[in-house]
Amino acid sequence: MKILVLISQVPDTTARIAFTADNTQYDGNGVTFIVNPYDEWYALVRALELKEAAGTGSVITITVGPADTEATIRKGLAIGADEAVRVDARPEDAYQVAAEVAAYAKDKGFDLVLAGKETIDHNGGQVGAMVAELLDLPYVPLASKLEVSGGTATVERDVPGGVEVLEVALPCVLGAAKGMAEQRIPNMRGIMAARTKPLHVVPATGQAALAATVRFELPPAKGAVKLIPAEEAGKLIELLHTEAKVI
Amino acid sequence: MSTIVFIDTRGEKLPKAAQEAVTYASQLAGGPVTAVTFGDAQGLETLGANGASKVIVARNVKAVDGQQLTRLVCAVTEATGATTIVCVADATGKAVAPRVAARLKAGHVAGATGLPEGGRFRRNVFSGKARAFVEVGSPVRVVSLSPNSVPITSGGSPATVEEFGGDLGAARVTVKELRKAGAGIPLPEAERVVSGGRGMKGPENWGPIEELARELNAATACSRPVADDHWRPHHEHVGQTGVAIRPNLYIAIGISGAIQHLAGVNQSKVICVINKDPEAPFFKAADYGIVGDAFEVLPKLIDAAKKLNAER
Repeated sequence: MKILVLISQVPDTTARIAFTADNTQYDGNGVTFIVNPYDEWYALVRALELKEAAGTGSVITITVGPADTEATIRKGLAIGADEAVRVDARPEDAYQVAAEVAAYAKDKGFDLVLAGKETIDHNGGQVGAMVAELLDLPYVPLASKLEVSGGTATVERDVPGGVEVLEVALPCVLGAAKGMAEQRIPNMRGIMAARTKPLHVVPATGQAALAATVRFELPPAKGAVKLIPAEEAGKLIELLHTEAKVI
Repeated sequence: MSTIVFIDTRGEKLPKAAQEAVTYASQLAGGPVTAVTFGDAQGLETLGANGASKVIVARNVKAVDGQQLTRLVCAVTEATGATTIVCVADATGKAVAPRVAARLKAGHVAGATGLPEGGRFRRNVFSGKARAFVEVGSPVRVVSLSPNSVPITSGGSPATVEEFGGDLGAARVTVKELRKAGAGIPLPEAERVVSGGRGMKGPENWGPIEELARELNAATACSRPVADDHWRPHHEHVGQTGVAIRPNLYIAIGISGAIQHLAGVNQSKVICVINKDPEAPFFKAADYGIVGDAFEVLPKLIDAAKKLNAER
């Protein structure tokens, strides 16, 4: 089984959120960047598990990003990916990223393309579905379990009121959510091996972005909490009705 | 300029998120709105009250195959010459909206939280810790709407309902099984949510949370450890790795407020926190708080809610 895993570089989950003086870019100064957790913990680890269970196959990661993403990409290799691809372009929007990934993947014969359900910075959850459309493949978002047998993937996902079990014809693209796998910590052997694993840099095809984030802002500061004595807890209901007007 | 709105109408009644999306579509571009849906939903003409002049339904499509649904949306877009396509940012919309955008080479705004201002759509980024403003540069645009972002309007005349007769190809995604875990209000579109954490000590103690939720007409939810320990079903898990919600009211009981939990609920309009630890970080994000034991506080809240309901 040949699996492609989409890897995105994002600010660490606990990083401060700040923007450049003109509020047009995220200010990454002093920030630690990581592999997007949904890409790493769920998509990549499940891909490795499937390869290990089959005893054959390969797991290749792909990232659209400039050279400074390579340390993050090596983390994916340290966890166990066989090789990595970096498309040499600065990501502008989801379509541009998806078009570059699809251009790379279209003639490589991947059985499965896995992405995290979204990135923790832009929270769009768009790239996997766009890659699927551009490659004319089925796509399922928010997949929390994945089994593969023959030419079919069996996928579970939480839906309001329960769990939906889907069957998807391979090849396909899936958006991985919590539950698909357990996080793996790279060991020293993996970290050493990652240094010598192939990291292919391929030129971008020059796909144009179709949408642009032109400005960021932080939400207004929250006021102080209004504390209600525990012995007068019922007053909370009164305040929610008369003051906050939400019940 | 005509607008298409793609909605998932499965279920016994039209989902609130679908009505919101039709309302939003009717306000977004100003022209006629054609709603597009699938399956066996009834009462589709009532979407006229939210602003749709026509509803096109593909009755033969039962499963959630994003490719079939994308073909459906694109066929209607082509037939109507629409330049704006609105979807809901739910599981179905997330499978369809980006696909439609890629197919039509249209800029996509994922998870808009309201109407554009000066041509810029606002959306939440960094798990709700910041907002981004997005401009679409293409002639056709796709906008997916976060649930609970616009008030539903009503009052228009009934929409005409037409069946889609085109060929959407074979489904490559099929539903094998649906394991229902009880009815209740779907979390993503709930206006009020009552949520419990490890402070509830065990699944046998959830009765008062469910009772308070009933009195407030709220959905029930839980924190990640509660779902991981199988005290509550996974679909109730709210937070960064679970369901992200933005209700009008979020009541968190026995939840300390880890950063990952906050990321999934910090878009709630009003947050109430009940925790016996006055240092719980959640109090910093809360509008109202009670420092106290959940097992003593909950009965008082239930009594007060019952009293309020009796007076109304």
